Amino acid sequence: MIEIENLNAWFGENHVLKDVSLKVPTNGSFGLVGESGSGKSTVLRTMTGLVDDWEGIMVVGGHELARKRNKDFYRQVQMVFQDPFGSLHPRHTIDRILSEPVAVHGLGNSDARVIRVLEQVGLDNSFRFRYPHQLSGGQRQRVSIARALILEPRVLLLDEPTSALDVSIQAEVLNLLAALRRDLGLTYIMVSHDLAVVAHVCDDIAIMNHGRIVERATASQLAQGSLEHPYSQQLYKAAGGYDRAVVDSFVDWD
Amino acid sequence: MQTVTNQNSGGLRQWLTSNTPQSRFQARCGRTWLAWGKLTENRLAMIGLGIVVALILITILAPVISPYNPIAADLTKRILPPSAAHWFGTDQLGRDILSRLIYGAQYTLMVVGLVAITAAPVGLLVGTMSGYFGGWVDAVLMRITDIFLAFPKLILALAFVSALGPGLENAVFAIALTAWPPYARIARAETITVRRSDYIDAARLQGVSSRGLILGHIMPMCISSVVVRVTLDMAGMILIAAGLGFLGLGAQPPMPEWGAMVSEGRQFLLQQWWVSTVPGLAIFVVSLGFNLLGDGLRDVLDPREGD
Amino acid sequence: MTSETLLTVKNLAVSFTTSKGPINAVRGVSFDLGRERLGIVGESGSGKSQTGRAILGLTASNGTITADEMQFRDVDLRNLSPRQWRKVRGARISMIMQDPKYSLNPVMTIGDQIIEAYREHHKVGTKEATHRAIEMLEAVKIRDPQRVFKSYPHEVSGGMGQRVMIAMMLIPDPELLIADEPTSALDVTVQLQVMAILDDLVRERGMALIFISHDLHLVSSFCDRVLVMYQGHVVEEIRASELDLAKHPYTRGLLNCLPKMDGNHDDLPVLQRQASWAEG
Repeated sequence: MIEIENLNAWFGENHVLKDVSLKVPTNGSFGLVGESGSGKSTVLRTMTGLVDDWEGIMVVGGHELARKRNKDFYRQVQMVFQDPFGSLHPRHTIDRILSEPVAVHGLGNSDARVIRVLEQVGLDNSFRFRYPHQLSGGQRQRVSIARALILEPRVLLLDEPTSALDVSIQAEVLNLLAALRRDLGLTYIMVSHDLAVVAHVCDDIAIMNHGRIVERATASQLAQGSLEHPYSQQLYKAAGGYDRAVVDSFVDWD
Repeated sequence: MQTVTNQNSGGLRQWLTSNTPQSRFQARCGRTWLAWGKLTENRLAMIGLGIVVALILITILAPVISPYNPIAADLTKRILPPSAAHWFGTDQLGRDILSRLIYGAQYTLMVVGLVAITAAPVGLLVGTMSGYFGGWVDAVLMRITDIFLAFPKLILALAFVSALGPGLENAVFAIALTAWPPYARIARAETITVRRSDYIDAARLQGVSSRGLILGHIMPMCISSVVVRVTLDMAGMILIAAGLGFLGLGAQPPMPEWGAMVSEGRQFLLQQWWVSTVPGLAIFVVSLGFNLLGDGLRDVLDPREGD
Repeated sequence: MTSETLLTVKNLAVSFTTSKGPINAVRGVSFDLGRERLGIVGESGSGKSQTGRAILGLTASNGTITADEMQFRDVDLRNLSPRQWRKVRGARISMIMQDPKYSLNPVMTIGDQIIEAYREHHKVGTKEATHRAIEMLEAVKIRDPQRVFKSYPHEVSGGMGQRVMIAMMLIPDPELLIADEPTSALDVTVQLQVMAILDDLVRERGMALIFISHDLHLVSSFCDRVLVMYQGHVVEEIRASELDLAKHPYTRGLLNCLPKMDGNHDDLPVLQRQASWAEG
């Protein structure tokens, strides 16, 4: 479904992605893990056309991506942002947020679509005419997911979709994402700093550091902790909680 | 956390404050209701609103409430002091000042209204486009704005009116021409702060066009600061209109425009103070009204507040 | 850990008056604190931060604090005058906030800020203060203290900024340090490194630490004792080493709903909230 080869990207003088390659099969789910500044989110932003300065080959659904994305691309690929407080327009009702893409793409039948997509993410119709500030963090993230789903895309790009949520809410959202992938046959690329979240959601995982993929692993390899690169080992140990001896073994990767 | 909400009686109130509105219309009404509630808490803003509403009512009711014809001269009654028959006295042509004030309200309102509906949208459009596109679009639009901003407003308006010829319509046009640049500046600043936000990126990823983004997503975020600024500026516009009237470049006699009235009375200022002072006070009160209302609106509408 | 009690809190309540009615953010919280590391864990809105702020009297102006007892050594923390507060806050009890970006002055170099903080508490010359400031930066394991000393806050990373904050808070040698999500904005490895520094300082100086966080797992691996808060109440108090034996369904639920690295993609158990938890 998705093939990326030797993707490089720049922010001005900064070389932020270095020869990133990855492949995701249809209905697969791929995880990118890394710390801040590792370039993990930049991969998604470059795919969706939010980063202009890039080189490489990106193929989605058999079509190679051109410099500019067209409307058809956005019907295939949608993104869910990290911050549920910042990604919904504060002055638009949920109804407006969800029906706008339907209007933009001229799909018609917007009432039925909005009601159906709200149901898919587990929100009842009473949410439809509320403003984002009247919702809790988890409900807002459900709305963001609904917005991504309303165009019936085949690929969802998930940029830290649960990192701003409480753990109990995170579990609900992760379950929702798993169910949607199962029911709708979606393909995911998920970005997160949390190794456990990615291990839970994804089959294949890549660990990024300073714009480069340093190691690839499957979920079962990760479960056994059989990682080779010292940076990934360090991330793995850090996920285990506070341990004085482990912390002393840390090396800076700046 | 435990929230204890006051249960309000009354169906309409509940309908408005409902946390689960059932329609677009109800959601919008609820939001307006909240803003209105916040505005009514501000005593000064309510005084401002009262003055503005009174101005509008006086304009509409002018023929009914004014005791005399505002332009009929009666030289036997020249510059009479305030009395029971003429509450604010008469002017040098024997016209009742109260009646002239009442009829003059419509010109004030017209100046303010016309300038607001022409200058604000122009400024908003220039500013949002400039902020959204950046690059050379920004450079060109902002340099034009700077040129307009470089002149003092009154001087620039004066130059325009002299070129166009005196008259109230030309005065309005000239004021509008000088009024838009600050709105463009404000709208641009707001645009730049929201342009990079996730919800704009998200809309772009829905395939929303630049035009749709500017009109539907960015402008709503700028509109409240511009509206507030417009109400605050209205006082200044009234003063410029009055200034132009005073210099004989705005409304022409015998039109009862307040600025022109101040101007006509200035030769009697020391002995017959009321001829100039009363319209001057009217300008002051109305300016103050718009200012207070603008301040109140800022507290209610500022997008950085609350949500 | 000695049994000497540093801070006693009995039946602490914090409530706020808002236009939508009163909000009881903290209700009936009681605990004793010795020279130990105490964790306070809860989800957003559980009142954990408000508990920390109430101890320092930093509750927002529309809030009221009530308590049967709030005794810090010889000081009754209830109803202190602003003058008395100044002798306690920063000097005997310090607080580290979540984001160092908002706690440091952006237009002053880090060195100048540390010196200013130092001279507030010690009457010494600039030279002596500079010397001490560099020592403080070394104490929080900053490798190039001279460079950081001359930098502005925006020139250092988040982890470095948080170390600087810790250095500043430690100058007056406080007896109690309250850390409110001090590492939540940081990357995992940096987070642990900053915690290691706190760990050392608490041990070396015999300070008491209240560590407030949403991360039950992290807190229990770091602290001696954990208070779990839900809707303003402490629902469970437990020794960190015995977390697996937690009894309260909320604590258990929180632990269960964390994704684990076991290669299992099954649905996570979802926390079923019960109204009775909020009753206390």
